Amino acid sequence: MSVTPLLEIKNLHVEFKVYGGVLKVLDGVDFRVNVGEKVGLVGETGCGKTTTMKAILRILPVPPARITGGEVLFKGRDILKMKERELRETRGRGISMIFQDPTAALNPVFTIGAQLEPVIRHASPENRRLSKKELRKLAVIPLKEVALADPERLLDAYPIQLSGGMRQRVCIGMALATNPELLIADEPGTSLDVTIQDQVLRLLQRLVEQRHSSVILISHTLGIVRQMCDRVYVMYAGNMVEEAPTRKLFANPLHPYTRGLMAAVPRLSGGGVAMGIPGRIPSYLHPPSGCRFHPRCPQAMEICKHEKPAFQQAEDDHRVACFLYDPAVAEPQKEATTA
Amino acid sequence: MSNDILTVENLKKHFVIGYTGLIHREPITVKAVDGVSFSIREGETFGLVGESGSGKSTVAYITVGMYRPTSGTIYLRGEDLFAQGDERPLRFKKEIQIVYQDPGSSLNPRRTIKDILDLPLRIHQPHKNRTLEILRLLNEVELPPDYMHKYPRQLSGGEKQIIAIARALASDPSLIVLDEPTSALDVSVQGKVINLLIRLQQELNLSYLFITHDLSLMRNVATRVAIMYLGKICEVADAAEFFQNPQHPYTQMLLSSIPVLSEEEEKLKPSKIHSIGEIPSPVNVPPGCSFHQRCPYVMDVCKVVDPVMVETGPGHTVRCHLFEQPPAPAAVPETSSTVEAAT
Repeated sequence: MSVTPLLEIKNLHVEFKVYGGVLKVLDGVDFRVNVGEKVGLVGETGCGKTTTMKAILRILPVPPARITGGEVLFKGRDILKMKERELRETRGRGISMIFQDPTAALNPVFTIGAQLEPVIRHASPENRRLSKKELRKLAVIPLKEVALADPERLLDAYPIQLSGGMRQRVCIGMALATNPELLIADEPGTSLDVTIQDQVLRLLQRLVEQRHSSVILISHTLGIVRQMCDRVYVMYAGNMVEEAPTRKLFANPLHPYTRGLMAAVPRLSGGGVAMGIPGRIPSYLHPPSGCRFHPRCPQAMEICKHEKPAFQQAEDDHRVACFLYDPAVAEPQKEATTA
Repeated sequence: MSNDILTVENLKKHFVIGYTGLIHREPITVKAVDGVSFSIREGETFGLVGESGSGKSTVAYITVGMYRPTSGTIYLRGEDLFAQGDERPLRFKKEIQIVYQDPGSSLNPRRTIKDILDLPLRIHQPHKNRTLEILRLLNEVELPPDYMHKYPRQLSGGEKQIIAIARALASDPSLIVLDEPTSALDVSVQGKVINLLIRLQQELNLSYLFITHDLSLMRNVATRVAIMYLGKICEVADAAEFFQNPQHPYTQMLLSSIPVLSEEEEKLKPSKIHSIGEIPSPVNVPPGCSFHQRCPYVMDVCKVVDPVMVETGPGHTVRCHLFEQPPAPAAVPETSSTVEAAT
């Protein structure tokens, strides 16, 4: 790992102060994106995917949120310590984001043009001196790129006049208009129909491949991540539980949670529906001690209740946070059972 | 025919959403359901698949009696559900129950589980001991008896949906309409709810009208599947046949769009066809076949004439000009590269 990663999150802790206590949401998250890489982040509702991404852009509502520890290094500089001016440069030109719900991401009372033009204006120092006419000409380009018909007319349209798929295309165009080095796509197809989602994802894939941008794709659908990403992180209850290259992860999932999740997905080839994972996602107010997955884990051991497993290598590029793969713990256990 | 529990015949539901002009006031209608026919056999799971705006929920709501159809009708074991005017007789209401998509909003937050389960019992089973019945229902859906005194907010999403299922079971129905019962749930919880539904179906001999947009789920639960697009059914087939031999271009497009987990599944997806175009607004349905603007096999006739249902195999019907008799000239699909470029 001599190459500096584009983005590196180290041991990030985020808490939310609420009535009744403190929600310990992110509990030591490690995450890395290399230049030109497409990284997937999978997990169920409430596991902390979006919180992690919002922490990267520093758009978490503070308070109630509080970052209690860790670093978010973008090209070696800690975003959490940046001054407002530097942060503004990083957002947009460095990192931009596509949100789950394009209807909520676009302001309903401004036209597409009125929302897109400021983005273009701030995309580069030269653009700041452009006239309105020139700006409008430039604003057509991102809309053309996302395969929207009649882009000139669209600039004068309000979001309500577009379909969900078109709105998400506008958001993608807007996010890529600044040529960001890193694009965060937070469930970009979830609010769309499956045939439209497929179109949007293929478009996104084509555009980022053209630009060699790095991408973080957040999803709760394993299939989407498999289709799009080079490397995948699996998250559960505020912890990273597994990380591997996509092919490896799907061929040989190690963590009991990842295995349960994959078994729970109904297959197109039939074979019935598995029972899923017993129990429910724990409350962040009183998270389980030790490994946060142990109350639902079919292979839980005594140590899992007391100690938190480290996120460490099980194979060369396959990391997992589970004592089953910790030689110091797993070997004596095996011996004990055989004896 | 005799073992059909529900027969839907040429069902139409048009909603008036406004009027044109001031002088020549003509109603603007949304043809939410436009001539849908199918039948559900006793004890089977009939899957209805479609994207948003396809009219699948409207079919569900007409079936449970929330709307009256504009024309066409539904028969329950040969009896016309709409014969007696606006108010549906109680005995029909008892037989057909519904489970909604979002248990968070279909359960009253200010009522305990006991109250929620009590209401259908009071109406449909007035002579029974209701507390005992509630305990029996909770036992049936594998929830502990002390859940009686909980409020919906104290339950997880999956448990709430299980309560909604218990409520549907309270009237001892024979048909349950499941309107996207698991799409609000996480995939690790979905399995529990689906397996519960499958077990209840076998024990109580229930028939399901299962509505979903998740084709992978449908493959695993349905006995027969129908695909809806803009208020019309395009294809009906037995589940296994449906996924091995999808015929309607829209079905193929839908299947090719599903994200899957393994190479084995990848091979089942039609590879020649990719999703293109937008779903047209149901207010402004294109003439001819409503799918022709997105169809890679489109012919001239598709733009003018709406195709009719034809049988292409035992129990397999398709509404597409490609399969109509006399055989249409062999359609040459556009090469996949041009289709790709159009997206």
